[in-house]
Amino acid sequence: MSRDSQHRFDVLVVGGGPAGIAAAVRAAEGGVRVGIVDDNATLGGQIWRAGSAEGDTKEAAGWRRRLCTAGVTTVCGKRIFHQSEPGVLLAEGADDRIELSYRSLVLATGARERFLPFPGWTLPNVMGAGGLQAMVKSGLPIRDQRVVVAGTGPLLLAVAAYLRSHGAEIPVICEQASWSSLVRFGVALISWPEKIVQAFELKKDLAGVPLAANCWPLAAHGQRTLDRVTISRDGKPESIRCDYLACGFHLVPNLELPLLMGCQIRGGYVEIDDFQQTTVPGIFCAGEPTNIGGVDLSLVEGQIAGLAAAAGSTGEARKLFPARRKARRFASILERTFGLRPELKSLPSAETVVCRCEDVPYSRLQRHTSWRAAKLQTRCGMGPCQGRVCGPATQFLFQWNPVSVRPPVFPVRVESLACFREVTEPEHTVGAGGKA
Amino acid sequence: MPNQVTVTVNGAIVTVPSGATVAVAVAIAGQACRVSTGGEPRGPLCGMGICFECRATINGSAHCRSCQILCEPGMEVKTDE
Amino acid sequence: MSDAAYDAVIAGAGIVGAACADECARRGLRVAVIERDIVGSGATAAGMGHIVVMDDSDAQFALTRYSQRLWQELRPHLPDDVEYEQCGTIWVAADAEEMAEVWRKHDHYKKRGVPTEILDAQTLKGLEPNLRDGMSGGLLVPEDGVLYPPCAARFLLERARERGAELRLGASVVEIGEGHVRLTDGSEIRAKIIVNAGGASAPELTPGIEIKKRKGHLVITDRYPGFLRHQLVELGYLKSAHSLRSDSVAFNVQPRRTGQILIGSSRQHGAEHTEVDNDMLKRMLRRAGEYMPGLATMSAVRVWTGFRAATPDKLPLIGPWPQDKSVFLATGHEGLGITTSLGTAKILVDLIRGAKPEIPVEPYLPSRATEECTHA
Repeated sequence: MSRDSQHRFDVLVVGGGPAGIAAAVRAAEGGVRVGIVDDNATLGGQIWRAGSAEGDTKEAAGWRRRLCTAGVTTVCGKRIFHQSEPGVLLAEGADDRIELSYRSLVLATGARERFLPFPGWTLPNVMGAGGLQAMVKSGLPIRDQRVVVAGTGPLLLAVAAYLRSHGAEIPVICEQASWSSLVRFGVALISWPEKIVQAFELKKDLAGVPLAANCWPLAAHGQRTLDRVTISRDGKPESIRCDYLACGFHLVPNLELPLLMGCQIRGGYVEIDDFQQTTVPGIFCAGEPTNIGGVDLSLVEGQIAGLAAAAGSTGEARKLFPARRKARRFASILERTFGLRPELKSLPSAETVVCRCEDVPYSRLQRHTSWRAAKLQTRCGMGPCQGRVCGPATQFLFQWNPVSVRPPVFPVRVESLACFREVTEPEHTVGAGGKA
Repeated sequence: MPNQVTVTVNGAIVTVPSGATVAVAVAIAGQACRVSTGGEPRGPLCGMGICFECRATINGSAHCRSCQILCEPGMEVKTDE
Repeated sequence: MSDAAYDAVIAGAGIVGAACADECARRGLRVAVIERDIVGSGATAAGMGHIVVMDDSDAQFALTRYSQRLWQELRPHLPDDVEYEQCGTIWVAADAEEMAEVWRKHDHYKKRGVPTEILDAQTLKGLEPNLRDGMSGGLLVPEDGVLYPPCAARFLLERARERGAELRLGASVVEIGEGHVRLTDGSEIRAKIIVNAGGASAPELTPGIEIKKRKGHLVITDRYPGFLRHQLVELGYLKSAHSLRSDSVAFNVQPRRTGQILIGSSRQHGAEHTEVDNDMLKRMLRRAGEYMPGLATMSAVRVWTGFRAATPDKLPLIGPWPQDKSVFLATGHEGLGITTSLGTAKILVDLIRGAKPEIPVEPYLPSRATEECTHA
């Protein structure tokens, strides 16, 4: 009979992606007791997701080695859902519940894809771009499958290249941004030579794959699964037969845990000071929740947060400020380039399901003037995703503002809310961390 | 072969690479993970455990997020039908 | 003196305010509803949405039964999203003492024409297999039901508006009395009658009303169709609702049409903040788990709180406010607001119109509070 366990750390890092790993490493190398918790089976988050047959990038592998060497305790497969008291977070695992105590906290909860509704988007085999990539990394066979990649953001190219390298056929990449935006983006990359190299690598990987700008999905079609999509290309509809549609409209930050803990949000991101500390003393935030900026910004912010959270390493942290400034410029370019065009608001038809958990169609939502009214009357956002999918969609479609969160910030077992089992004394070992 | 796992999906035997998730096993079995409240077949969307479209019953436990659960030998997976 | 713009202005667009607006409009009154937030944003959104007869007192029974019948009449007109289900209630007896109470209730209801059925342990288990073994039996009240209150409130308001009622959302009332309603923007609305349907916030508009907030918690699960067929309530529920002082929990679960299970209930005194209280939540869920162990491993999707409007004698305040003849109250419904909303509305408009109400209304009149009376 498994029992609840307690873990105590000086610094607890929530989120095992690049920002979290970097924070944990820098904090632990400073000599304090550090734990990193993630709900996936292994660390890496999305961009460093290690699948069943994958290797790491050199960069990722390097950081993982440092994590191991620094003696960070990894807690995988546990999902944080609530704060039981200041300084203690509750997380649920497959058959247990744990308490995580900390002196300082680094929230590195990352981002998720933004999904926008259009007719047929709920068909099986219509997935996010990152979503399909995650599935392939988790063993989904994609060789010789036709995949249309659509939406917006640099993720589309990375995903297309990845899928292609695993044998998928990519008829087209549909980027809703304009050609001029993309060209400006390309020109701006001059400031980041390493990104130009990345871009050329991608170009090689994607040789022969058409990239269409000003292009977006109009509808997905199929009986029980997808068999073709209609896209708008150069203002004209075009039908493309395919097995998968990998479609995502850039990223939105995962703010639920920062909100739960009372961190101030400004302009849609967690407000932080120079040392990545939020408006709640002792709580730091790094990576996508502070600004969607990709791996480089996540790594720099993570390091600054880890150093600051471990207390007293401000000198070391300051050395990273120029790198962060530079990476932030890239983040603003991303934001400018991949803003959503207004045509996307007209994609859903009256019957298009917007809230997938509760099957609420567009027509039932559009008569409401606020997220709360819509939620109460239609139950949009009351399903298990707790508004993570329909929230950003309705924010874009109707300009509704999201509201505060309540615990649990993820669905959990009733028994995890009720503490049915006794809490045992701390029994975990501090030791070499590493891949769980 | 050493690096494979066998599970059942709605009674059918499915073999997947070791490290594959249950959502992948369901996909390989040609099934949809769940049926929506309006009767539509649904499969994974986000691939990272936040959309809840990949929910399936695993070894008797309902509403498991199959995209985040690794296949284990002998697992019994049932989808909404 | 110029004519008032309205015959009645109702402060509060919860289920009670909405029902009152519907009844006012139906009987030809010019009515406006003022609501500072959205329709049904208070206890109407937070509560369980049950429609039950309760026999805590004769007056409570009379009002709930009267009102339940009105819901049954209304049922064919309700749109689908109100999700009215006549699932029935089973009062669960965990031991011989509670089983004796089952018999008492059965007789009590039988005399008053409410159909009930006594369930022995085996029959109970057959009807609700997920109750743990060892229950003594229960009382089935088949005419009880559940619905989804925010949509019910919206429906009643829509009907009222079709008959000319006005609805102003996002307008906050600062003061009512002497034939006028003053809003925060300084404007004034003149009305012959002002109805305070402010629920837990009613004392803000009419100082001196003895209403206290009684906080509750609820948990809703993911979909588990077939796990639960009836609303289940432990007989100890009455002990919980009775207690004027201590915080308490009672087993109370409800199947929603979606297949989700709504788990309650808790009552707290003096809690003013809306945050989830971890200890109350734990107590409530443990109590639920004692009756239905299968709940423990279910996925809980949301947890929330709400404030019931509680009066000292557990009966609502319906009727003229003695201190101001232009003010009527329709508030203080504690955990029975959905059930008694329709009956409240009928009584209220009867009193406004000077018509004879269909049930005796003395127990609900606000003037009772100024008389000497013993509290339960």
